[in-house]
Amino acid sequence: MKKVAIIGAGPAGIEAASLLAAQGVDAVLYEKEQQPLHNLTDKAFLFPNFADAQEVAEKILAKLNTPGLTLKADTEVTQLQPQAASNGWLVNGEAFDAVLLTSGYTTFDAHRKEELGYGIYPGIHTSLEMEKMLREGKVVNTIGEMPRRIAFLQCVGSRDEKVGNHYCSKLCCVTAVKQAIEVKKLMPQCEVYVFYMDLRMWGQHFEELYRQAQTDYGIKFIRGRISEAGGTFDRKVQIKAEDTLMGRPLKLTVDLFVLMVGMEASRGTRNLGALAGIAGEYGFAQSVDPHIADNLTAQNGLFVAGSCKRPMTLTDSLTDARSAAFEVLKQLLEN
Amino acid sequence: MNKFGFQISTTRSIDLDTADLTAAERLLEAEPSLKACIGCGGCTATCTAAEFVDFNIRRMHTAFVRGQQEGLREQLNRCMLCGKCLLVCPRGVHTRSVIMVMRKELTPEEK
Repeated sequence: MKKVAIIGAGPAGIEAASLLAAQGVDAVLYEKEQQPLHNLTDKAFLFPNFADAQEVAEKILAKLNTPGLTLKADTEVTQLQPQAASNGWLVNGEAFDAVLLTSGYTTFDAHRKEELGYGIYPGIHTSLEMEKMLREGKVVNTIGEMPRRIAFLQCVGSRDEKVGNHYCSKLCCVTAVKQAIEVKKLMPQCEVYVFYMDLRMWGQHFEELYRQAQTDYGIKFIRGRISEAGGTFDRKVQIKAEDTLMGRPLKLTVDLFVLMVGMEASRGTRNLGALAGIAGEYGFAQSVDPHIADNLTAQNGLFVAGSCKRPMTLTDSLTDARSAAFEVLKQLLEN
Repeated sequence: MNKFGFQISTTRSIDLDTADLTAAERLLEAEPSLKACIGCGGCTATCTAAEFVDFNIRRMHTAFVRGQQEGLREQLNRCMLCGKCLLVCPRGVHTRSVIMVMRKELTPEEK
């Protein structure tokens, strides 16, 4: 029986592992955390259709029960080494016929943008923290009351050479629109602003959601990048931007300031990419060709899928994982 | 006492904490299609008046929504209500009506 190691039990890892197992492969799925799929189980609702993240997570987690799939949780992969003799790979001392890397992403550490005041002043949160508040159905200001004004800022840690990330994280735009709508659903009286450089509504129904945010929820979009945020004496946040459509500086005070943090390669992706010799730009894993060989790597028998390659949505990751599973099977049959 | 002529400069900043947004709210209520504006500037690009005089419909309604009405009264009168802007808007904003409502809703000192 052919044996494949899949590293990282996120959406891509679980999807590929269950497909491989269903095809009679001995699929061993490694996860460094105790619980798989934590980047999905910590969400409230999914864009663009407000699907319950927990329900979607349950459906994905159910695939772990596929016969032939073994989950090794709480197990960090520290050895990833090609074996010339057998044409396979050694993973933590165990021999495999092929390895699929699905070690995913992590979010940008907002402390690195000191001028935005995260970790310095109260009332400044990351989009992940906002998601947690929305999951709990309770969004409060710094003194535990209902916030009257909330501002979201796009592109924190993305499209910013000052932090070394030139790329667009692709899904923060629509996430801010989604979170802004959720805030308005929860608190219709709350004034909500979204500050952006461009709004990239590239996916199906994203543009419609943006329009709905404007017309049905009265969310205000201001084009301009907030360059500075500071605390006020009454525990609010004062923010400064240019209203670029007016060509004039703009300032306002808000109860909560939410930073839409971008996606970066996870620590696992960085380490394993370097270990296996497939590290690419910004620490993401590098495939052979983004068009025609996006699951293959420069190393024979080592495959990649999901957001360890670049920022991806859940949908993208799952689709990519299915394609990766097929590439792995193809090679197993050829050998 | 000597007077050196020092004075405080007025800020060019739009301060959304102090801006009076009541007229803006009335505008958005009377012409809700304006909420869908994405600031593309199609209206201004096609505008016949803008070709010859300082008249920027996109900037005018952006200013109005931010509670900034200085100089708007005179500019608003330059619109010939031809409605070309209405034909090009990708978001279906009723721009001609926006002009009419802005004229009506200008705060008295700006009228």
